[in-house]
Amino acid sequence: MAVIPFLICFPLAVAVLMYCIRANKIRNFIAYCSVIAIMTGVAVLTVQWCIGGMQPINLYVETEMVDHIILAGELALMVIVTILCFIHRKYWISLLSIAPTLLIAYAELFGPKVEALSHIRVDRLSVLMCIIIAVIGGLIIVYAVGYMHGYAHHHTEFADRRYYFFMLLFLFLGAMFGFVLSDSLLWIVLFWETTSVCSFLLIGYTQEPIAVQNSFRALWMNLLGGVGLTVGVVYFMYEGHSVSLFHLVNQGIFGTRFTIIPIAMISFAALTKAAQMPFSSWLMGAMVAPTPSSALLHSATMVKAGIYILIRLSPALSGTHTGNMVSFVGGFTFLVASIMAIAQTDAKKVLAFSTISNLGLMTACCGVGTPETTWACVFLMLFHAISKSLLFQDVGATENSMHTRDIEEFHGLLYRLPKLAVFQFIGIAGMFLAPFGMLISKWSALKASVDERNIVLVLFIIFGSATTSFYWTKWMGKLIAHSRPIPIKDITKKNENISLTVHAVLMLLLCVLFPALSRGYVDPMIVELYGRREDVLPMALLYTLVIVICMVFAVPAVAHFVNSKQEMNVKPSYMNGINVGDNRFFVDSLGEEKRLYMTNYYFAHKIGQRKLMIPSQLISMAVIVVTLCIIVGGALV
Amino acid sequence: MIQTDSILTKVIFVAAYILLAPLIGGLLAGIDRKISARMQRRIGPPILQPFYDVHKLWHKQVIAVEKAQSWFLMTYLILMIFTGAMMFSGTDILMCFFVLSTAAAFLFFAAMVTNSPYGYIGAQRELLQIMAYEPSILMTCVGFYLVAHSFEVSKIVAGPVSRILYLPGFFAAFVFSLTIKLRKSPFDTSASRHPHQELVKGLTTEMGARNLAIFEIAEWYETVFLCGVVAMFILNTSWVSIPVAILVILAVFFLEILIDNTNARVKWQSMLLISWVVTLVGGGVNLLILMLVR
Repeated sequence: MAVIPFLICFPLAVAVLMYCIRANKIRNFIAYCSVIAIMTGVAVLTVQWCIGGMQPINLYVETEMVDHIILAGELALMVIVTILCFIHRKYWISLLSIAPTLLIAYAELFGPKVEALSHIRVDRLSVLMCIIIAVIGGLIIVYAVGYMHGYAHHHTEFADRRYYFFMLLFLFLGAMFGFVLSDSLLWIVLFWETTSVCSFLLIGYTQEPIAVQNSFRALWMNLLGGVGLTVGVVYFMYEGHSVSLFHLVNQGIFGTRFTIIPIAMISFAALTKAAQMPFSSWLMGAMVAPTPSSALLHSATMVKAGIYILIRLSPALSGTHTGNMVSFVGGFTFLVASIMAIAQTDAKKVLAFSTISNLGLMTACCGVGTPETTWACVFLMLFHAISKSLLFQDVGATENSMHTRDIEEFHGLLYRLPKLAVFQFIGIAGMFLAPFGMLISKWSALKASVDERNIVLVLFIIFGSATTSFYWTKWMGKLIAHSRPIPIKDITKKNENISLTVHAVLMLLLCVLFPALSRGYVDPMIVELYGRREDVLPMALLYTLVIVICMVFAVPAVAHFVNSKQEMNVKPSYMNGINVGDNRFFVDSLGEEKRLYMTNYYFAHKIGQRKLMIPSQLISMAVIVVTLCIIVGGALV
Repeated sequence: MIQTDSILTKVIFVAAYILLAPLIGGLLAGIDRKISARMQRRIGPPILQPFYDVHKLWHKQVIAVEKAQSWFLMTYLILMIFTGAMMFSGTDILMCFFVLSTAAAFLFFAAMVTNSPYGYIGAQRELLQIMAYEPSILMTCVGFYLVAHSFEVSKIVAGPVSRILYLPGFFAAFVFSLTIKLRKSPFDTSASRHPHQELVKGLTTEMGARNLAIFEIAEWYETVFLCGVVAMFILNTSWVSIPVAILVILAVFFLEILIDNTNARVKWQSMLLISWVVTLVGGGVNLLILMLVR
């Protein structure tokens, strides 16, 4: 399987190339080719693995040389972070990097001898993650080529450092491949820290004061998670004499004593990476970066790393204190973030809150840790990855054409930028409407949390889904309100359009193929993770689902056909004052023409970020601290 | 009671629903108007008046502000019929409500697309109403699942005793949300059925002729569907439960009319707050007890 080192090292090599080549055209060309090469690499990996019978494969048992390189990489990262922290006078943050790195270096060099187990493990989950990273991540890079071209021209106030930007994007992809394919926790630590540092550098791309500030917030939160991860790994090394994630989870299922602390610590790290409360603010701050990096952070990489590790751990979380903590924090984040999303008018902020909220649902699913919820989590992740990537790219393209991303300005977007509006519509539908998979995942999550008697989570899901549909539906309504506006010139570049179209097609395909995918791929994956068979989706429900999918797609089509034949007498709308004629102006009581202007509900003063953020951070922080104390105390005593 | 499992009975149930629901729904609407009129010391229209109205609307010249509206409304109607058909064929109740929420989204779009000020405000309030009643509806599903160990309607209605005995809190919360769903007065913030209101006709302001007829028919289907959910609380394996269920439905329906005629409309803030609190208290406490006891 030579393709695995290729997948990890090739993006790193391309990253170096990206940095060195300053001629835009050549660099763009190489970027395209590399994306194709990465996608081909993942395809080869998938095919090879399928030919091998889709069984888990363990590779690279003896890797002393590489282990040293990995350690060197960690030290290098520490040096970079420390230097940057000192340049920007955030001295204390560097400690969050120095301490764990030295700890792990000490443990590796002078610590106990660990059993030699495989360092790379290919199974269904990692292959699925690779496909997501390659396809979504690759498309985002294709989009970024076009977007950054326009960005550099619009934002002349920032230095054009596209070489640097593309370097980070590729570095990110390489680190993600390494992360999902590694079984050695020591390797995972390196890739984990790499993604943290990459996201920190991406957020700070523009070097504005606000960007720098937000990037350091992202850095310290993620490094804090990294500290948790390192402590867990080193503890496991000393007590369990192993660094294999697979081994950890296998022991964890039986509640073995020395796995309790590592699992709690790694789960804590996953909470920071998945931007759960109280660590959500870093993802909100990440909005200052150019759109492709937001798309990358929110959909295919970074936050998904947290979810990935939780899915891995989920069999060991079921019914434990750690599981309860994770499911509470997740469910709580799901509800609170969706409430705060209602109050946002900035499209990117709505997307950010919805990401946090959806990640919350996924986290909660993993925390419950039954086969059903893990199944639901995988599908939530899939749908979320595609639709969030689509939405971010679309909002970015719309912003380029309209110079605003205020949802209120999207009034009647369907008649101004029809293509982009349709893509937005598809993306939003994918987030919550039947028959897209989000709903069926919610079905499964609800059922499982009732089965597990997790009453708090049941309430979170019930109220959270009500608030979720509210903010999405009102956005959708904005797009279609026919205000007879003047069309805007769509300046979306060809490569941006390609990426958007592929995303939309993927979204629809995923919706249609969803039952097959569940039977053919995800169900066996759950068996692989849990070692037992359980029919997550009953056959009867599956049939119902297929019928629903057919209906929801067929009905509007038929209705449209019938409707197009109908003769209709179009009249201006009723305005109480005199409608001037095109539904846009009315004559008021003083005889003056007034512009009709309508807005959605936001309730920003009641449920805005300012009101809710700090209390919810406090609540979730209290829960995490208390539970961690109970877990660690209980395990040590 | 009845073999709900065989395909034939399912087909009969679905066919009966599709054919009879508009008749029953229209009749209920007529009775509603009659009783309301009597409560207000009026004679009121004939019971069949809703049918006359819809018949007349259907044959009028179609006037619309936006052509796409009838497309959205038609989709809304068909999805609404489909929701009921799903329930009467005995499938998953949670899935029914998911499809129902998609249908509701299409109604919202139908009002939004016109860009009419009154339609727009009505649509926004409709969204608030959805947010207000959705928790209680999902809660109802959870309640059924806890008692019947399945979301399937055919299993829920085939219990040894009526489910309401275990789910009184859920029933109260559901009946409460029914007030919103049936657009009854204290919570009729979006369509403003009663005349002379600041919203004109809210959601339905710009719906005319055939479009309004489609909307009315969809409402009838929805009424019957919701009555079906009420019946699910009562039905069990004994045949006696059928007349009891009908009586309960009529009692609930009368209660809704009474509430409609004795309450002034509240602000949406109160609606949201009250309905969520009722859901939490009614459903939540019942849920807690069920989870602890069983």
